[in-house]
Amino acid sequence: MLRFLLRRVTLIVPTFVGVTLLSFLLIHLVPGDPIEVRTGERGITPERLAAMRHEMGLDRPLWQQFAGYEAQVLHGNLGTSIITRQPVWREFATLFPATIELSVCAIVFAIAVGLPLGVIAAVRRGSVFDYGLMGLSIAGASMPIFWWGLMMILVFSVALGWTPVSGRISDAFYVEPWSGFMLIDAWFSDDKGAVRSAFSHLILPTIVLGTIPLATIARMTRSAMLEVLGEDYIRTARAKGLGGVRVVVVHALRNALIPVVTVIGLQVGTLLGGAILTETIFSWPGVGHWLVESIQRRDYPVLQGGTLLVASLVMLVNLGVDLAYGFLNPRIRR
Amino acid sequence: MKHPVRAAAIAAIAALLAAGSVEAKTLVYCSEGSPENFNPMINTTGTTFDANKPIYNQLVQFRPGTTEVEAGLAESWDISEDDTVFTFHLRKNVQWHSNKIFKPTRPFNADDVIFSFDRQWHDSNPYHKISGGGYEYFGDMDLPNLLDRIEKLDDYTVRFTLKKPNAPFLADMAMDFAAIQSKEYADALLAAGKPEMIDQEPVGTGPFELVAYQKDTTIRYRRFDGFWGAKAKLDALVFAITKDPAVRLAKLRANECQVMAYPSPADLPAIKADPKLQLLSQPGLNVGYLALNNTRPPFGDVRVRRAINMAIDKKAIIDAVYQGAGQPAKNLIPPTMWSYNNAVEDFPYDPAEAKNLLAAAGLAGGFETELWAMPVQRPYNPDARRMAELMQSDLAKVGIRAKIVSYEWGEYRKRVAAGEAPMALLGWTGDNGDPDNFFVPLAGCAAARPGGGNAAKWCNHEFDDLVNKAATLPSQAERARLYEQAQVVMHREAPFYLVAHSVVFMPMSKAVIGYRMSPLGDHRFDQVDLQ
Repeated sequence: MLRFLLRRVTLIVPTFVGVTLLSFLLIHLVPGDPIEVRTGERGITPERLAAMRHEMGLDRPLWQQFAGYEAQVLHGNLGTSIITRQPVWREFATLFPATIELSVCAIVFAIAVGLPLGVIAAVRRGSVFDYGLMGLSIAGASMPIFWWGLMMILVFSVALGWTPVSGRISDAFYVEPWSGFMLIDAWFSDDKGAVRSAFSHLILPTIVLGTIPLATIARMTRSAMLEVLGEDYIRTARAKGLGGVRVVVVHALRNALIPVVTVIGLQVGTLLGGAILTETIFSWPGVGHWLVESIQRRDYPVLQGGTLLVASLVMLVNLGVDLAYGFLNPRIRR
Repeated sequence: MKHPVRAAAIAAIAALLAAGSVEAKTLVYCSEGSPENFNPMINTTGTTFDANKPIYNQLVQFRPGTTEVEAGLAESWDISEDDTVFTFHLRKNVQWHSNKIFKPTRPFNADDVIFSFDRQWHDSNPYHKISGGGYEYFGDMDLPNLLDRIEKLDDYTVRFTLKKPNAPFLADMAMDFAAIQSKEYADALLAAGKPEMIDQEPVGTGPFELVAYQKDTTIRYRRFDGFWGAKAKLDALVFAITKDPAVRLAKLRANECQVMAYPSPADLPAIKADPKLQLLSQPGLNVGYLALNNTRPPFGDVRVRRAINMAIDKKAIIDAVYQGAGQPAKNLIPPTMWSYNNAVEDFPYDPAEAKNLLAAAGLAGGFETELWAMPVQRPYNPDARRMAELMQSDLAKVGIRAKIVSYEWGEYRKRVAAGEAPMALLGWTGDNGDPDNFFVPLAGCAAARPGGGNAAKWCNHEFDDLVNKAATLPSQAERARLYEQAQVVMHREAPFYLVAHSVVFMPMSKAVIGYRMSPLGDHRFDQVDLQ
């Protein structure tokens, strides 16, 4: 197990360097630089452009810029945003809780709804419910998030008025950011209306972001359950006279959960990817929103640092899943 | 970004806001983005200007809804006979905002004015490099070359001496970059080793003071009761940062905000039809044009340029691209600007005459060229690609075979400025309402150099002498006369195909009263009220 652990952890290093190199190269391949993006129609004199590029170190050869950046990252310094002049790390730390809050709610929603639906579909295999659910889950997994989010807003917020349109809390409340998690901060504020408001603001983005993982989890649960339900020991359990619910929940589901858990772990990447779009639609002040803007503004340090932090997180979660799997199933440790 | 604020102020405003709308009048404005920080000297986007407008004042200011200059922190000013010395008499007892790290001990005075300009001008100022430095507008308005010295004559009198006469100088002083910061606050922060806070926790003299800012979420202001001018009618102002125009509109409809910025043109009919909303509109201080590069054959020939002006159907473009929300342009400056020469007659749409002109220029068989289209939507051009296609089709009818070319926006501007495009779509939005701000950067000889903003690379000395002379005259009537002549020269020479001045729209709830649209495109809420 220790060798397996070491091997997996060692693999992180090249992945990490690859991610920094890729994020660095990609943004530098995009035409335009941060200064030109900001000048607009007004233009800028060549002298001033050269002076500003020099000040930001953008006039150095690319490899030198990369080497400098890498050295800086290894010292734990992700640099300073070109636009806001704030340390990248501080901006990330302020915005990341919003992304986590939304992602956790989305995955909880996806599991809470997707798992039971998958089980029911498997138990009632071939029924209208099964076909209907599988059709819907294909639609859910292939739904463009941007369109889906806007449709939800138009129906539930504008037409029906049930949910707020966007943001994390009503503008009528001011909650001092303490943990960065709005539900928690609102809970500790004096005004309990703030909690209700924060919760209502979470509903639509949670559904929108949770739709794809929900569909994936439902389908995975169904197929894993179908496999398990065909096993001999299930027939034996039924033959012993055990109740249907008990067989499904205790005997079948527990075994079917292993691949489902893996899929849930893999959803972290999907969630963070989806969060970029969901945050943009719902004006959710998270890192997705922040990264999109940094691309538009060619804010190199933010984009590089932000990508690195998000990628590191995905790597860590994947490592955790791998390790858990290795722990559960000794065969893959080799 | 977490923005530490005074606990007491927050408690007060939170109580005020939570108490409901009966006592506290709060207006929520759905804005389009986060400001870079709270310093309009350094950051030059409209988003940052809007966020700073409630906080800061300038020596002079634009009268709401106009580009006329009126008294601001200076209650009056004198201009010397040779127009090189501007003496500002400052308003007394103007109070500064305070925050948890700073309590002002004195009102605004001449030291603050000197500090605010010195910071932008001299790199010896300890604040010059703070927040990244880079005072683009200060440079763009040519102040480093124009200013000779700024002196404090007494606590309430400041004298600006220019090296040469410059009529737009007063309008420059009303622009956002000329905001006045507190020297006392700057000194206190420097002593505390936190100078960058000056641009993050701003202290100004404006009608609202900042309560809290959370990046990508909200900016909260409350009325500053110590304001020197007419007190704001709202108790609190909130900018709800909402980047997507469709979502901004959804919030407006749900009354989550009462005013929204930058609606999508496609949504305008629906907004007009909504009984709960009102839609204000105003001709924008802008122009969209097709620059004909005079340094590239055959566009050096005025007959070819005129032929192009007659070959393109302007009305079709305004209907299709601006969806009616554009005024046909015949001069470079918009009709709302003083000195607009209405006597100039636009070229008629006359493809037959265009063909004759081409034949006279020895191009009876037409020619091949490129038509560059911007890759982005701009206030003066909602859809450059579509516009280019319409132009391409019209030009083909007179034998000009144009290939549409586009680049990434930064690259596009760079190449157009370098003179690489034979014909390029571009445009301009004015900064200060002065005609000089259109004619010199867009059509002056100095801007025709490679890399300059004159996309037509057109340098006509008759025109150039007129506009340069106009900039040095004190009398607006005299200046207007010269600008009117310059427009006649420009029409005769046709260096551009002038397309349109777009109309700018502001949707808002019918409960909002007293909102005046600014021709400069900025958003002000100091005299806005809610019914």
